Amino acid sequence: MSRLQSILALGALLFAVLTLLLPMGNFGGVPVATWTSIPALIFLAATLAAIGAFRLRAPTPATGLLAAAGCALLIGWVEPMQGALAGFWALLVLTWLLCWLFAEQLSADIRRGRVNDGFVGWLVPVAFGVAVLIAWEAITRGANVPQVLLPAPSMIWARLTASVPTLAADFVQTFKAVIVGFTLGCGAGFVVAILVDRSPFLKRGLLPIGNFVSALPIIGIAPIMVMWFGFDWPSKAAVVVAMTFFPMLVNTVAGLNASSSIERDLMRTYAANYWETLLKLRLPAAGPFIFNALKINSTLALIGAIVAEFFGTPIVGMGFRISTEVGKLNIDLVWAEIAVAAVAGSAFYGVIALIERAVTFWHPSIRGGRT
Amino acid sequence: MRGLMGGKTVPVLIVLLAIVLFWYVMAVVMNAPWQNTLNGRANLTDVPLTEFALQTFTQDKPVLPAPHQVIGAIWTGLFGSAITAPRSLAFHAGITLGATLLGFGLGTLLGVLLAVVIVHNNASDRSLMPWIIASQTVPILAIAPMVVVGLGAVGVTGMIPKALISMYLSFFPVVVGMVKGLRTPEQIQLDLMRTYNASPLQIFLKLRWPASVPILFASMKVGIAISLIGAVVGELSNNAGGGLGVRLLTGSYNGQTIQIWAALFIAAALAAILVILVGWGERLANRRMGVRA
Amino acid sequence: MVEAKGLGLTFKTGDGDVVALSDVNLEIKRGEFVSFIGPSGCGKTTFLRVIADLEQPTSGSITVNGTSATEARVNRSYGYVFQAPALFPWRTIENNVALPLEIMGYADADRKARVSKSLELVNLEGFEKKFPWQLSGGMQQRASIARALAFDADLLLMDEPFGALDEIVRDHLNSELLKLWAATQKTIAFVTHSIPEAVYLSTKIVVMSPRPGRVTDVIESPLPRGERPLEIRETPEFLQLAARVRDGLRAGHSYEE
Repeated sequence: MSRLQSILALGALLFAVLTLLLPMGNFGGVPVATWTSIPALIFLAATLAAIGAFRLRAPTPATGLLAAAGCALLIGWVEPMQGALAGFWALLVLTWLLCWLFAEQLSADIRRGRVNDGFVGWLVPVAFGVAVLIAWEAITRGANVPQVLLPAPSMIWARLTASVPTLAADFVQTFKAVIVGFTLGCGAGFVVAILVDRSPFLKRGLLPIGNFVSALPIIGIAPIMVMWFGFDWPSKAAVVVAMTFFPMLVNTVAGLNASSSIERDLMRTYAANYWETLLKLRLPAAGPFIFNALKINSTLALIGAIVAEFFGTPIVGMGFRISTEVGKLNIDLVWAEIAVAAVAGSAFYGVIALIERAVTFWHPSIRGGRT
Repeated sequence: MRGLMGGKTVPVLIVLLAIVLFWYVMAVVMNAPWQNTLNGRANLTDVPLTEFALQTFTQDKPVLPAPHQVIGAIWTGLFGSAITAPRSLAFHAGITLGATLLGFGLGTLLGVLLAVVIVHNNASDRSLMPWIIASQTVPILAIAPMVVVGLGAVGVTGMIPKALISMYLSFFPVVVGMVKGLRTPEQIQLDLMRTYNASPLQIFLKLRWPASVPILFASMKVGIAISLIGAVVGELSNNAGGGLGVRLLTGSYNGQTIQIWAALFIAAALAAILVILVGWGERLANRRMGVRA
Repeated sequence: MVEAKGLGLTFKTGDGDVVALSDVNLEIKRGEFVSFIGPSGCGKTTFLRVIADLEQPTSGSITVNGTSATEARVNRSYGYVFQAPALFPWRTIENNVALPLEIMGYADADRKARVSKSLELVNLEGFEKKFPWQLSGGMQQRASIARALAFDADLLLMDEPFGALDEIVRDHLNSELLKLWAATQKTIAFVTHSIPEAVYLSTKIVVMSPRPGRVTDVIESPLPRGERPLEIRETPEFLQLAARVRDGLRAGHSYEE
């Protein structure tokens, strides 16, 4: 039991008492005290009892249950309330302290081998994500944060479910550019890398330039591409091609040099020719590098396609929607669009990571599992 | 000569030369249709190829401006007017640079602080790291317009919203890199510190921090490059504020291709200078720490 | 100096429990040079790490310098030399040797004097300003010994310090180590898997065997203390002793792998 955990538990006790004593919020224009709510009384009594009875050392499941109850109470209150008062904020702090304490206890349990990592290990980040969402909801609604600054998650969700057709159309439009651009850009980078590989002179000339260009704001070519290729998705795909080409080129060239000289000498003793060596040794050895580029590029491709749409598109597309709805101050729809982009981006990355696992299973970074 | 060919300079120069040549050829090819239209209107026929090529290099709004046109626009943009004038490219570059540096500084600071917490506290490691890694796969740049407009609606305008975007973007590579860097010390080195009964602060100052400096600089190179991108994209949503992003956008509205290319090249040069500066800092730190060159 | 009674240590792993040490009873007296020898997995390094409070025993007791292992570590009563030099690559040799002194809060002048004295003991004068990677492996390990000597602890714990070096360098460092031991009057616990090294260096040889890690033989060396020329290794006494160690190792080892 660390000192931090004791401090957190003490803080939870203090804020439980504060929550009990302070008024929680205005209902129908009248401030209502916390102790008039039966669920709140049960929750606070349970908190005080659990932390007090175990002398600040409540068992981990108890802390987790209390944290969940706090979250439920916050959400239950914020819905009908017309304005939060001090008790509500005390409850928010209390809930966060409980969540934090839960994370600390759970991590300590995992470290000491009392519970298995794996499923329980996932519980910690998930609990953190939930705690952030709850705080977001509680603060935006409790403090009446202007919707244009930050809408509540529940509003975003409502907007998301209500505008599925729009979001789907935007997604399809943008992903046409992403997939085409990603395929062409990565493919071209790979082919050029193989061609350049035979000429040390070109390799020395192209590599520094490739490295350099990778650091440049290539995304700025978007307006030019829109002029050249028109408003529809091909211009966005062109931006994506330009953004994904250089990371692939640089990584593939580096990967082709990754095989050791012993391994190359071995191929020489077999009198293997260039292409045999390339196929049997150097390309497999380059696998981890190529997949690294594919993963970097999956994110870049999405960014490129979305930002390129800021410069003009037909009336559909994720970037188009974001830039126009921001102008109309429909921030909840923008957040919904960003949520879709986030899920799509993670899924795109995840698919590549899964393929990587299957193809380069022999590499230490994959064999070792979690890093 | 062999020494020169063996190095990087000559190959790089030759490749660059090839790119410039290709660019000129493409400029002729891509501008030819419009030039033909122009010449047709002026009843010019049978223009010799060299003269035709020169004509394609002098269009007002070419599809692809020739390199010397872009350089000319950069020159007049940088030195043609007072540095405070809104027509000056230096003025716009300064606006973008300010937001970039502020955001980069804040992002790096925040990233280092968070990495220190993550390395020293198991619970924050478990709660935060999966989210930080996951958010690297998300097109964060998409939030730029919303940040600018959202903050603008509550009265925060100018450099701050752009700097916040830059901060947000540069923060991730620094956290991820520094967590890795602060964990580079091997078990044997940590055991050594334990036999000295060193305090956590001493372990941090004498082992973890110096061990992580090389990775810090590598992450900062990534961070400053995307800070600049963040600032430029942030500018796309606020035409009034000025900056290289605004030059890109107005150029795109008015079909001023030369202006777009000039702004693009200034942005690229700015990115290159910033990355090189961080690289110098890296070399300096490495030399002071005795890292093998 | 060190006393272990009924010492046991079991690691819990995914594949079940591994008994690294079981029922170790051993005493290391002040001024002794004790070698621990045995095949890998016999717990010799684990025992050294228990003395250093880098591992916690799961049964039995250990006293170091008359106190618990933890107190001994907090009092900085031993110096530890690892298998690898573990020098910090960003510090010069003199700053590496000064590292423990900085952590323990020695004054500046004292620090300088101690650094040059320890570097002198390991014959590394003139290399103060070099970085670790500018030195050979043997020199790096000597610098790490200097670092362990710098704060003048009475007990020196050495975990296969010369294991990664070639034979010629190792012979040289062995005779240097004996001289250093004679000059400093320290107590040394030395882990090795080389029979000649153990016999050549030690006043007492502890033979250990694996599964479970345990002590199978403790041999007091009849060889003279102090000066031992390298040629001593051709004498009948030496060969006899080496044969006894080898027999001990064989007896405890079932050759099942």
